[in-house]
Amino acid sequence: MSRPEIQAPPEIFYNDEEARKYTSSSRIIDIQAKLSERALELLSLPNDGVPRLLLDIETHHSVELGLDLLGYDIDFTSFAISSTALTFALIETKNETFSVSCFVGCGSGLSGETLSENGHQWIGLDISESMLNVALEREVEGDLMLGDMGQGLGIRPGVIDGAISISAVQWLCNADKSSHEPRLRLKAFFGSLYRCLARGARAVFQVYPESLAQRELILGFAMRAGFAGGVVVDYPHSTKMRKEYLVLTCGPPSLSTATPKAKGEDEESCSEDESSGDGENQTVCISDRHRPRKKQRITKKGKGREWVLKKKEQLRKKGNAVPADTKYTARKREARF
Amino acid sequence: MRLLTHNMLSSNIKGVNNGFPLLIEAEKVVEKLVDFNPDFLRNIFPKIDWKALVAAARAVGYGELPDAADPAMLDSDDFLRHLHHALLQLHLEEGALVCPETGRRFPVNKGIPNMLLHEDEV
Repeated sequence: MSRPEIQAPPEIFYNDEEARKYTSSSRIIDIQAKLSERALELLSLPNDGVPRLLLDIETHHSVELGLDLLGYDIDFTSFAISSTALTFALIETKNETFSVSCFVGCGSGLSGETLSENGHQWIGLDISESMLNVALEREVEGDLMLGDMGQGLGIRPGVIDGAISISAVQWLCNADKSSHEPRLRLKAFFGSLYRCLARGARAVFQVYPESLAQRELILGFAMRAGFAGGVVVDYPHSTKMRKEYLVLTCGPPSLSTATPKAKGEDEESCSEDESSGDGENQTVCISDRHRPRKKQRITKKGKGREWVLKKKEQLRKKGNAVPADTKYTARKREARF
Repeated sequence: MRLLTHNMLSSNIKGVNNGFPLLIEAEKVVEKLVDFNPDFLRNIFPKIDWKALVAAARAVGYGELPDAADPAMLDSDDFLRHLHHALLQLHLEEGALVCPETGRRFPVNKGIPNMLLHEDEV
């Protein structure tokens, strides 16, 4: 199946049925959890006792944050904003550090749930009402908002300490309505994000760019908005495990803004410029849950001798010339070797 | 939607210079109990626009917050409890947020504010 971005605009693609998958499919939940865990890792909130406000932007792929794995015992006050989905969360780490983060594309609030479990409070933004309704059903503790990240975030300047988004940003590159201009939407998104982030705050976006050009477009607009940073590619040599994270820092480049190291970069010269294996991108969509066609055919049992005899009988009744039934009829061929 | 969220939202309509704070038209307000965490409140305090918070709390019918606040008041347990209640426990369930400049209403349904803009407002 093609990429979800191509099929329909987010508010239509993430309908009730699609939203349901984010609560019923353990595989989708698992992938989302892993992605958000890694994104949080990249966000690398310092444990310096300073309160932080973060922003987590994912597309409709909702995230489960395994904060405990990261050593954060976090208290989240999060808000879910639904446009392509946006969540804000307030994080309190173990040593009494409190942050507010924003999750863009909070979706059904899976991420928030984990946060709440850890005693966190959170806020999320999503464009799909269905996803937010699922979040409501799950009685997530954070605040939810319906909004479009391509229209800008609409948040007061300087209040957020970090932002995370899982596979949301590439949706901005699509013009789903005649009034949509991807460049303007990217500009509005990154511009408003830059304004609402505090100085020195980080933003981590997991993205599935369609092509090299699309990645450059996204990165270009991020840089133009004033962000420093770059792309971290985890497992660059694997087509399936390969994951790209846009790690952006608000403010001038410094040591602290250095891009973190990617995972699985064992071989030399893992340039970030190599184009991604598009088709193999592990997009969380329902098609991946079906097994590949070839496999299906192999595992299916062939039609046996009984079926062949029945068919031949039918044709005989129709008056067709049908070869007689012998011991060779529908016999399995011997293996050649 | 909590007042903490409200305190961070601003109107995003094109041409609006000061979209903060959004006015609250409350139809239904609910209270949900949240664990009291003084450290969190102390840390979030500098980021809060106090005037907007007091106005919002009054709009949802909570008048216990003082008109002005300074960091020294954070030592008072009483003050922290009021702040905790206003910030985290009061939820605007049904109603609307109104842009202070244009008067555009953002409806709030089931606690979810609809911040989607029309095409001519982007």
